[in-house]
This record gives sequence, structure tokens and C-alpha cells, in this order.
Amino acid sequence: MYLNEEMETLTRTEIEALQFERLLRTLRRCMKSPFYQKRFAEHHLSPSDIHSLDDLRKIPFTTKQDLRDNYPFGLAAVPMSEVVRLHSSSGTTGTPTVILHTQKDLDEWANAVARCLYMVGLRRGDVFQNSSGYGMFTGGLGFQYGAERLGMLTVPAAAGNTKRQIKFITDFGTTALHAIPSYASRLHEVMEEMGIDPVRDTKLRTLIIGAEPHSEEQRRKIEKMLGVKAYNSFGMSEMCGPGVAFECQEQNGMHIWEDYYIVEIVDPVTLEPVPEGEVGELVLTTINREAMPLLRYRTRDLTRILPGDCPCGRHHKRLDRMKGRSDDMMILKGVNIFPIQIETVLMQFDELGTEYLITLTNEEANDLMTVEVELKDFSDDYPRLQALTREITRQLKDEILLTPMVKLLPKGTLPKQEGKAVRVKDLRKTLI
Amino acid sequence: MIVHQLSVFVENKSGTLLRVLDLFKDAGIQLIATTISDTVEYGIYRIICSEPAKAYDVLREAGISASMSEVFAITLDNHPGRAADAVRALAEEGICISYLYTFLLGGKGIMVFRTDDAERTKEIIRCKQLASLDDAALLALA
Repeated sequence: MYLNEEMETLTRTEIEALQFERLLRTLRRCMKSPFYQKRFAEHHLSPSDIHSLDDLRKIPFTTKQDLRDNYPFGLAAVPMSEVVRLHSSSGTTGTPTVILHTQKDLDEWANAVARCLYMVGLRRGDVFQNSSGYGMFTGGLGFQYGAERLGMLTVPAAAGNTKRQIKFITDFGTTALHAIPSYASRLHEVMEEMGIDPVRDTKLRTLIIGAEPHSEEQRRKIEKMLGVKAYNSFGMSEMCGPGVAFECQEQNGMHIWEDYYIVEIVDPVTLEPVPEGEVGELVLTTINREAMPLLRYRTRDLTRILPGDCPCGRHHKRLDRMKGRSDDMMILKGVNIFPIQIETVLMQFDELGTEYLITLTNEEANDLMTVEVELKDFSDDYPRLQALTREITRQLKDEILLTPMVKLLPKGTLPKQEGKAVRVKDLRKTLI
Repeated sequence: MIVHQLSVFVENKSGTLLRVLDLFKDAGIQLIATTISDTVEYGIYRIICSEPAKAYDVLREAGISASMSEVFAITLDNHPGRAADAVRALAEEGICISYLYTFLLGGKGIMVFRTDDAERTKEIIRCKQLASLDDAALLALA
């Protein structure tokens, strides 16, 4: 049941004791990084000021901008001769960022991913196909090494070429697949075109999804379509990549490995901790990393800690599914709205497909939201289409407290999404 | 009695209608009658054409959402009151017309319509001896 029983079954007290010990070790290590030396000096802070886990809050946050400003090696806490790998973000939105790893970091990363995959029931003998992009993108090598560590036959199929992807699944007897949720729907569509029934013609039983926000309804839809159990995962390149948090077989929240990370949830505006169980921005401190430790890193991901114990016996905290990014939050007429709220409503309608687009515009001082969504099938029935439009509008209004304009679209009208789906277009003009 | 009609779900955007018409042109499909209504959210373009089955495949292959439905087509003499007679026959039996369009073909008035009860509409057309058309008869007039 547990790959690393000692770590996975620690009690809360044991977890916190281990975290404090590892935090102190991390702080000593940070003092070798030029960035943290300077940052601590600026705040007249020294590792000896930290006397408990709560004292962590004395330490300033680290942001993505800090990583950019110190590109490429400013956060290294070991001599560069000990660094064996680097991953870099694409830098499409600015200067790229770099994450460094020692050999031990890579080993621990693979161990974490293996632990996650074991947790969802995968074992030696399974065939694991990874449809992540390889190269700099951590979802590729991260899952590759983790799945191999577990002893599975691991197929580095990489992203794209859906027909070839399906051929691998049938030819190699793939039992587990890693794919982003929007790609899972695409796979199913192409399987249908090819006359392949995922249940009858493949051995696929487990799907690992993540990397893009999705709703419970979307997960159930994908599970039904492909005849699999789909497990949500959470990772980010700044924290190695995949393997940070993962669902167990309860499928109710993702256990975040607290022997690797200290978790905080803060209000994205005030940066104060939110009351327990409330949604805020996830802040992580790495405590099991050598090359490039990060203290109180603002992930920009919004989530909450699920209250209560998990029946699986692990006491590592559970993160709720990501509610979007703190920078994705839309503010319309003063109301905070996350794209995932819209998606949750849309996915309840059997008549609708999985593609949708939210467009924000403004006329004078009035914010308008248009929700375009593709129909699954089309029948020549005006009254039904109108009734459907009205019902979607009504349910959206209940959820977000303002009335969007809903447009039903023919299937295939919205651009196909092969990478991370773009769900929001903000075309509002600044009035000032 | 029954004519096959294609319905295409078109986005309210410049060029979408042209795309459908160009596909028909390239496939050598002749239009007999079409109608489109303007609503804010979406448009349904209804088409009666020379080869409905082929037209349907052409649209589907191009990734355009289309559906095929069965509608009634009857001919009307070119005299005042004929359309009223036909509609009265349905109304007296409590049948609702979902939509209707008329056109002239080979000098004959044609009325195409869909109702909320296809079976009873068939009976009425038979009983009242309304002059109905099928795909082949309609195409012969074109």
C-alpha cells in the first residue's frame, strides 16, 4: 500500500518535527546562495532567528520575478560542479527561469514521483505511457524517471501526433497514461474516428491528469469516455516538476509530500495566512533539495487545504484541486471569478462538449462576459437550443452572480487546444 | 410526402455561410430552396438541395455541424387562399407548425413545413388529399 511506509505514515507531530529539522538544514544551505545571502542581509535576518516552524513567516517570500532577476545561476546553493541537470521555463512571458538539480535532487524527485504512482496502484509490470513534452518541460523527464524508478515499462511517447499515441497504446498494451485533461478528450475523439473502443481494444486503466485546472465533472467525463480511473496530480517546474502532490485512491484531494515541502496558503492580496480550509495562494518551501532551495515560493496557484483525515492513512495534507492561478482571477463588476467556476457549470450539461472560451469586454464602464461553448451534437431544434441557452445562463448567474452572454457554437468552431488550454480572453480596454 | 432537409448550425460571423455554399459548389450540389433566420446567438441555415445525402457527407467531412431532417412539402395552386386551406387542415386537427417556408418552383407554389406530430400530419395530408412531394418529385420540378 505504501512505497515508502516510514515517510508516508508519519503522524502530524512527526511530520512537523521532521520539517523543522529539514528547514534548519535548508536555511544553512541557503546561506551559500548569493541571492539568499543578500535577501537575508537586507532583512537583518539570520538562520539562527528561526526557532520554530511558525518562525518561517519571518522570512520574505520568493517570487518568479526573483528567479528571473537572478537568471541563470544566482540561486545556486552548491558549487556549479555539483549541478548535473537544469530545467528552464520557455520564457515566453519574459526572461526564462532556471531550476538546478544535484544528483541527489534528481534521485529524490524520482522517488517522489514513484511514490505517487505507487499510491494510485501502479506497479512493476504496468506499461506507462507519457504524453508530456520532453526536453525542458519537466512533465517529460520527471514522469520518465519516476515511472522507471518504480520498475514500470515506460514509453516516452512525448506530446502530439494523436494517432501515433493511440497506436502505442494498443501495440504496447499501455495500462497507464499521463496526459493533460484537454488532451484526454482529444484522444477519445480520435479513437472514435479510428473505430477504437478504449475499453474493449486497449488495456488502459489508469490516467494521470494535471497541469491544467479541471473540474470534478470533467474528470468523471474523461473517466467514463476512456473507461479509466483518472488521478489528479500537481507539480511545477520550480518545485522540480511532477510529484509535488498527488491524489491517492480516495480521489479526494492531493496529498502534498510534507517531507519535501512546507505548505502555506495565503491571501494573494494581503499575503497573510487564510483561515484553515479557505482558498488562497499556495506558498511552498522546499526542504529536501540541495542545488536550489526555495523559501516561501509564491506559486500563484490557488487552492485550499482539505480539512479532516484521509481514510488512506497518510497524514500529509491534502490540497483541493487547483482553482486557477491568482493571476487568472477575473474581476468583473467587483466580483472575483475564476474560470473553473464557469467550467464546473458547463460540464453539467450533457449537450455540451468540452471546449469553451470566456471573453471579457467592456462598454463604457460596464464589464461584459461572453461564454462561448461548443455543442456536442447539433439537432435542428430552435426551441431546445434557446431553452438550453437560458438554462446555462441561469446556472452561471447562480454561480458567479452576474449574467453572462451565452453563445452555443457548432462543434469544432473554437480553436483546438493541444497544449495548455487558453480559456479566458480579456479584451477590456482600460478606461483611465 | 417527405423531403429531406439539411440544417447547418452556422456561427453569426462573416464568411461562415459562404464556406457552406462554396463546398456545395465544389461538390456540384444544386440548391432548391434555403432559408435562414437571424437571431443574436446562432443561425440555422435550412437547405433543400439536389443530393441531400451527399451534401450531408460533404459538410461532415469539412467538420461542419449539420443534421438531416424530414420535412413535408406540398404544392399549392397559384390562387389566393390556397396556403390558408392547407394550414387550416392542420390547425383544425390541433397540429402546430414548427416552421414553414414557401417558394415557387417551375411555376408551382411549394410549401415546406415541419410540425410537432409527423404521423398525424401524414394522415391529414392523405385524408385531405393535399398534393405532396418527395425528394425526386421536387427535384424534377427544379
